[in-house]
Amino acid sequence: MDLRYTGAEQEFRAALRAWLSEVVPSLPPKPSLDDWPARRAYDTGWQRMLYDAGYAGIDWPTDMGGRGATPTEQLVYLEELERAHAPYVGTNFVGLLHAGPTIVLEGTPGQRDRYLSPILRGDEVWCQGFSEPDAGSDLASLRTKAVRDGDCYVVRGQKIWTSHAEAADLCELLVRTGPDDSGHRGITWLIMPMDADGIEIRPLKTIAGTSEFAELFLEDVRVPVANRVGDENDGWRVTMVTLGFERGTAFVSELLESIELLRELRDTARRSGHWDDTQMRRRIGHLGAELDALWALVRRNVSESDRAMAPGSGASVFKLSISELRQRIGELGMDLLGPAGLVWDPIPGAWSGPAREDGASSAGTSSAGTPSAGLTSSELVNTWVHGFSRTIAAGTSQIQRNIIAERILGLPREPITR
Amino acid sequence: MNFTLSDDQLALAGAMRALCVGHFPLERLRASESKARVVDAADWEELGRAGAFSIRTPEAHGGLGLGMAESVVVFEELGRALVPGPLADSALAAGLVDGASRGEVVVGSVDRRSGASGASVPSPSGLPAGPPALIPHLDALGTLVVVDDDGLALVDPASVDARPADRSLDPLTPMWIAEGELPRGERIGGPEGAVGWRYGLRLLSAAMCVGLAAATLEMAVEHARSREQFGRPIGSFQAVKHICADMLVRLELARVALHAAAVTADTPEVGDPMRSMAGATLLALEAALQNGRQCIQVHGGMGFTWEVPAHLYLMRARVLQGACGAACELEETVAQSL
Repeated sequence: MDLRYTGAEQEFRAALRAWLSEVVPSLPPKPSLDDWPARRAYDTGWQRMLYDAGYAGIDWPTDMGGRGATPTEQLVYLEELERAHAPYVGTNFVGLLHAGPTIVLEGTPGQRDRYLSPILRGDEVWCQGFSEPDAGSDLASLRTKAVRDGDCYVVRGQKIWTSHAEAADLCELLVRTGPDDSGHRGITWLIMPMDADGIEIRPLKTIAGTSEFAELFLEDVRVPVANRVGDENDGWRVTMVTLGFERGTAFVSELLESIELLRELRDTARRSGHWDDTQMRRRIGHLGAELDALWALVRRNVSESDRAMAPGSGASVFKLSISELRQRIGELGMDLLGPAGLVWDPIPGAWSGPAREDGASSAGTSSAGTPSAGLTSSELVNTWVHGFSRTIAAGTSQIQRNIIAERILGLPREPITR
Repeated sequence: MNFTLSDDQLALAGAMRALCVGHFPLERLRASESKARVVDAADWEELGRAGAFSIRTPEAHGGLGLGMAESVVVFEELGRALVPGPLADSALAAGLVDGASRGEVVVGSVDRRSGASGASVPSPSGLPAGPPALIPHLDALGTLVVVDDDGLALVDPASVDARPADRSLDPLTPMWIAEGELPRGERIGGPEGAVGWRYGLRLLSAAMCVGLAAATLEMAVEHARSREQFGRPIGSFQAVKHICADMLVRLELARVALHAAAVTADTPEVGDPMRSMAGATLLALEAALQNGRQCIQVHGGMGFTWEVPAHLYLMRARVLQGACGAACELEETVAQSL
């Protein structure tokens, strides 16, 4: 066990830090959360800067145009971006971290040529059409139907929780091509152009009062068969393969941001006098110990990935813990605010961070390039409110506990009744 | 960076586990339950030969010349096997007390800082008082280390005026009650010696807590898999499997935090040794206490019987709590160093 970075890892960090210190201060002010064209322009502009500097697709293989960084270098990359208060991946999330890797692993040479470079260059934005009103945790029961008609699939159905739909050019879409009762054996993975006829986007209003994701209504949308990734009815496997692309760095930005956030709350408590309350200090200390443990867990997971070791329990333990912890940090913020938290602006003028795939804004990072000078009360309320999405999006805490109990501890599955 | 266990570290842990399984099976340990004398001199020498007390002793002095990282990996196994005795104290005494590193002398310790060690008997008001002190395994000790803020003192256990407790919470950790002042003994080192002793004692105790948490998780999962109600294993019900999942999360976070704290002890440039020790100790103690409690719960009525050993792990966690320090103090250490 050695936590020291190698010479090569330190050089990678130094070069990245130097570049970030040059470019981050020159970034324009972040756009408002409810201005989708401006958000797209901001996020893709940043992506283009990463591309030009050789940092785009940090985890993608070099022959696909990526950086081919080791998992430890990916960790250093995320650390340095957080340290520099650089923009988050934002509307590029699905393209860079999901659809892109899927095409890297499962796409045809033609699909790779067509789709990968525009993601890396920030030219095209993707969204995800997986969940449906009746297919959430039980994704394999999805019902959006695709029927072959010549060289096209004709798609009818409804998708939900589609982040960035308003900003997206393309959608990674899961459809049912098998019989209604075919479960995970009758699903196909399609690339749907968002300008196709028959797509209606209806924004959903969240408990924050903002619209950060949408419903998609698909009415006889024609998607070329050439846009199918993998074989017909093999889409479930394609989706699972994508998960294997991940090398222990998922949700790490969230952790780094939470560590920063706890320091901010400590400062807030000092200013407000709450720091004199032993119970409040104990709470902050306990959260600090848990965040330190998660940072250790990340380094363990990444070290295992570096050595191509079989994935252990790390990923589910990390996802479950960071999302639950994030909620408790949000509660701490509300308790520090007291009555001041009863008034808030869900779209602060000085917007605090880009939206996440899960629809949560990343309060805690301050405006670009400047070290945080204390959080506004609206940012603290935002952190609390958005925390509720963390334990639901990307696999609810209930599902994470099932995964841990069944796949890691080997407890029997609950009988499935269909 | 390579935060995985090395082959040597895995081999050390494996060797200690093999020794524990072969030499300290639970049936054998349980034969000493509630006896006044639990620690056996021959067992202690066996542990000494296996290197339990000399992991960090330089090779020139007959030790393994390794670090805290190796120590916590080995001590997790000792905790998991419920091996009784002042294990951490004896390992820390290597180099201070002749024969400690080889297991020829059993060394225990008592911390006199008020409220710091849990070794003080509560006064009738429930608050920790000065004397009398509780000293585990006193009659098995060759040397007693008395710790206070000024440093360490070596005391002859025979000179301590103490009586055995009628009943101790952990049936494998007999307590002795010293009513009067402890002898002054032979002073060694200054205040930094006490800081180092407490730091090491917490890390090694935390390691044994991680072992306890692992053992109770295994027991609970085994029971949840095999016990059937309503026609199927109770572990298939989410109400039970989520308890087990939370036990695993507690264990994994505590263990990885402990490993980071131990590596930070060995290479302080990678972090803040005090902060990572405090955080890891806090989580390890919580994991031992919570997993112990949940292990009893998952076992249902059988968990409340003396026969099922779940309670032994929980009671041992309470013994180690004294060495780990108060949660409020550990939380304060982390909060102040954020």
